[in-house]
This record gives sequence, C-alpha cells and structure tokens, in this order.
Amino acid sequence: MSETLTPATTVASAPVSLWRRGLNNLVTGLAVGAVILVLLPLGAIFGYLVYKGIGSINWAFLTQTPKPVGEAGGGMANAIAGSALILLIASLVGVPIGIGAGIYLAEYGRNRLGNLVRFTADVLNGVPSIVIGIVAYGLVVLTQGHFSALAGGVALAIMMIPTITRTTEEMLLLVPHAVREAAYGLGVSRWRTTLSITLRTATSGVITGVMLAFARVAGETAPLLFTAFGNQFWNWKLNQPTAALSLQIFTYAISPFDEWHRQAWAGALILIVLIVAAVSAVRIAASHGTLKGAN
Amino acid sequence: MVNRALGAPRLTGPQPPDKPELAVQARAQAEPLIKAGDSHLADGVFSVAMLGCALCVLALVGLIVYELVTKSSLSWHASGWRFFFRSEWDPVNDQFGALPFIYGTIVSSILALIIAVPLAVGVAVFITEMSPPWLRGPLAFTTELLAAIPSVIYGLWAIFVLVPLLRLYVEPWLARYLGWTGLFEGTPFGIGMLAAGVILAIMIIPIISSITREVMTAVPNHQREAVLALGATRWEMIRTGVLRNARAGILGGVILGLGRALGETMAVTMVIGNRPEIARSLFAPGYTMASVIANEFTEATGDVYLSALVEVGLALFIVTIIVNILAQFLVWTVTRGTPARANV
Repeated sequence: MSETLTPATTVASAPVSLWRRGLNNLVTGLAVGAVILVLLPLGAIFGYLVYKGIGSINWAFLTQTPKPVGEAGGGMANAIAGSALILLIASLVGVPIGIGAGIYLAEYGRNRLGNLVRFTADVLNGVPSIVIGIVAYGLVVLTQGHFSALAGGVALAIMMIPTITRTTEEMLLLVPHAVREAAYGLGVSRWRTTLSITLRTATSGVITGVMLAFARVAGETAPLLFTAFGNQFWNWKLNQPTAALSLQIFTYAISPFDEWHRQAWAGALILIVLIVAAVSAVRIAASHGTLKGAN
Repeated sequence: MVNRALGAPRLTGPQPPDKPELAVQARAQAEPLIKAGDSHLADGVFSVAMLGCALCVLALVGLIVYELVTKSSLSWHASGWRFFFRSEWDPVNDQFGALPFIYGTIVSSILALIIAVPLAVGVAVFITEMSPPWLRGPLAFTTELLAAIPSVIYGLWAIFVLVPLLRLYVEPWLARYLGWTGLFEGTPFGIGMLAAGVILAIMIIPIISSITREVMTAVPNHQREAVLALGATRWEMIRTGVLRNARAGILGGVILGLGRALGETMAVTMVIGNRPEIARSLFAPGYTMASVIANEFTEATGDVYLSALVEVGLALFIVTIIVNILAQFLVWTVTRGTPARANV
C-alpha cells in the first residue's frame, strides 16, 4: 500500500455510531498492544545480551581457548575460528551450487524440470535443521569415520542452497528481457550474456540472497551437534571435530557453572553482533542502492 | 521470508541503441564479450553446468529421503506402526515408542500458535493498515530482526530470563486463577511445556507476521476503497475488505509458522525439560521429536537406538514437508496474479 486510506470516522458527513467507533478504537488499541508485546521480547533479548555479555568480552575471551571446569578465564577464540572455518566451507560449497541452480531456473527453467526444482528447493527450505544434521552425519561423518568441520560445513551448505537458489532466480527474472536481447543482438553468446550482463546487473540482489542465507546458517546449532561436534581446543584440520560459537554457547548455557554462563552471554553477544551487522548491511545497501550492480 | 521485505534493487542495464552510429559504438564496446568464447560448445557446457547445479537440489532431497529411510529401517522392522503409538522410551531394553515426543511436539507447537497468531496478525494489521507510512519500514525491519536471532540465543535468553519470569510470576498466577482447568497444576518449575510454547511463539511471530503482511498487501486497494465508500470504520474496512480476502493466505502463514515450530530444536531443547512423559499440565516437563534427536543422537549406543532416533527424524521430516506444502499452496492462492515483489 502506497497511500494511507482515510476511514469514515474522519468524514464529518457520515455519522458513525458510538459502538462502531468504540470497536474501531478498541481494535486499534489491540493492534498497538500487539506491536508493543512483540517488540518487548526483542528489546529484552538485545538488552540482556548487551547487559550480560559486554562485561565478559575482553582480550582473553577473544584470544584463548576454554579453561577446564572450575578455572576462571579462558575464552572462545577456537570456537570463533571454528565457526569461521565451518561457514567458509559452507559458503564454498553452497554459494556456487545455489547461484548455479538459480541461473538454471531463471534462464533455462521455464519447463517441467524447472518447476520440479523450484518445488524441491522450497521443500528443502522447510526441512528442519536437525534432520539436515542427521543426513550430513550419514553422508560425511559415517564415511569419514570422524566428526569434522567438513561435515558441519556440508550440513550448513545444504541449508544455504535453497535460499540462494530462489533469491538468485527471483533477482535474475527482474532483469528486463530487453537487456538480454540487446546482448544477443550484438552477437554475445548466451553463456556470456548470462554471466556478464544478466548476473552482473542483478549482482546486488544475488549478494543480498547470499548474505541472508549466510545470516540464517551462521547461528545454526542443531545441524552441528553431530557433525562438527565441538572441541575445547584449537583445530584447523578439516577432518577433526571442530568448535563452533553456537555449539559453545549451547554447551555453556546448559552447564551448571556461573563462569560458563557468563561466557555464554559473551559468545551470544558476539554472534548476534556479527549476524545483525550482516543483515543490516544488506538492508541498508539494498535500500540506498550502493550495491546497484553493473554500471 | 526476510528477503521478501528487501526492496527490489534498481536495475541499470545497457540501453538498446536507437541510432546506427551508436550501434557501432555499442558493438565496439561489446567486442571483448563477443571474443571471449563465442561457440556453441561453450554455451552447451555452461547450460549443462547450470543444469548440474539444479539437479544437485533434486539430488539433495533425494539423499535426505534415502538416508532417513535406509537408516531407520532397522527400527521400522522392529516396531512397525506401533513405534508411533507406544509411550515407553527405554534404550536400555531396546524398547522405543515415540508417542511422548510426538505429543510434546504437537502440544508445544499448538501452544505457540495460540500465543503467536493473534499477536502476529495484530502486528501485520498495524503495519499495513494503521501505521503512519514513516513507521512502516522500521517496524517491519524490527519484527524481522526477531527472525535473524539464532535459536540458541533464544534458548539462552529463555533459560536465564523467561523461565525465572514464568516460575516467579506467570505460573503462580495461572495456577491460582486457571488451575481448575487442569492445564496449570503442579509445581511451577518454570522449565516445561509452557516455557517451550512461549519461546516458540516469540520465534514464529516474525514469519507469520511477514506472510500476513504480504498477503494483506496483495489485497487490491479498491477493495478497501469500496468498503470505506459505504461508510465503514477502519476496523470494518480491515475486517470485511482485507482480512476476509486474505484469509487463505493468512492461514498459509499460520501453517508455515507451525512448520517452523514443529522442527525447531535448540531453544525448545533448552527449556522444555527433556523428560519423555505425557502430562496434562503445561507446567510439567516434556520432550519433542527434535529435542530427543539433538540430545541423544551422539549418545545412542545400540544400532536400534540410533535407528529409532532416525525414524523420529523421518517422521518429523514427513510432517514438516506436508505442512509446508500446504502452507505454500494457501499463500499462493492469495498472492498469485500480483507481482511477487510489488509489496513492502
């Protein structure tokens, strides 16, 4: 809706009964109440994260590995690095496949197979993350014989693909057909047109999709429980159990130790700052047009 | 669904030349593009590669089904349909019945819907129909921020803030005034089915609200104008002109929220209490299908035990798929015909 419509209550010539006006005001009040009730937990969550987390973030937290139970201090450096590693693997696997499938749907997919892929991507999008974890366990952990960063990355990649596919398709379809025809008319081949003209024009939208998929999986815990598994120490090997920020927050949150609770809040604050920064950057870039694509 | 709210990027592409000399110029500019591989072979390779990516998506879902079905066959052969109707879960004696988890999943999700639907629809109504235009964008963004918070952080917050709040204030109040219903009796632990329902509600509000917003925006403005022209108040306009037209889509949003709630794992695992029992009181601890997988999968020692957990996963997979397909169909019945991204 672009303009606000004027209801009858403000039109002098239409007398509105007290009951109807009262009901209207009541509903307006209820809607405002709903907004407040929804914003309340949001405010409370962010407020608590900052209030509880900020005091515990210090140099040691960002550079050290966890201390054994009972010892104060220590940090989540290995978990932050582990998360970065897992997300890197997820992006390397998920982004090309997702964008490729999106290109297929937009440029070649006006047929029955395209519809099937579209439908399947939507189905995949709705699969609970814990189920993806089971599948990645069966595919990677069982064949490798280890919990590993690779398995975690594969699980997250599976979750990224449908989001990226559907946004890429949507964005490519926004590029006017005349643009493609202009390129064809100049003798540019089809694949070159797709990559250098169509995809390039839709760059900002595609990046938005990738960032949203990234933000969605960055905090995922359930699929990592039995793929990356977690680790109290540094690990850079792809075939070994690896710590992740979200896993560490989970382990610490359900532990009985105050020191660990404190660190869980700190880790959560770092995680949320990263995610909100990613989402806001995309939002601002999309609305102010700094990511306008080609030219 | 967050991406729906992002504005369409402005598209700037090369304009078709309208004068001959410009065409020559454009041709010269396009020269490097033309030279960089103008063959049918390259075109063929590219389209096959893209087709491969698309087939990957199909293969993934195929793999998920294959993995779940083969890995759960052991448990299926051991118990058959009884698996879903038995309530004892005894790994030591290899007795597995998923009923408590199914019960916990359904009750916590329905509880979440009861709390979330009125709030989410209220927010959507406010944003699309009542809010001053300058407030719309920020409000929509803020509610969607709720969707960006990871599940584990909801869980953390729920353990340390929501649960004590429920234990100290909400649950004693409910027990005193609504205890006669039998739904609110027993010791208020804080942790339990009620806490799971509340945290799930907070988590699914953004999705229901954004879909509701989308379908309400898809209702053409002349519907509103027609009702207003008859002298309706704003609420009457919303009720007869907007909500009635959008109801199938709103139902779709609600069902999509249900799908999310059914599969939600971490936050629920952290507050539901994780005890496989069926209790009438919402104060009692419970267990959901997703939580039992999360908690016991790495500790499952026997083959049948692991297989039983995968079977729980398979059941969860089938239910969420059906729920999601139904929801998408309902949303589609309302939004078809309107440009996909014309709203915001």
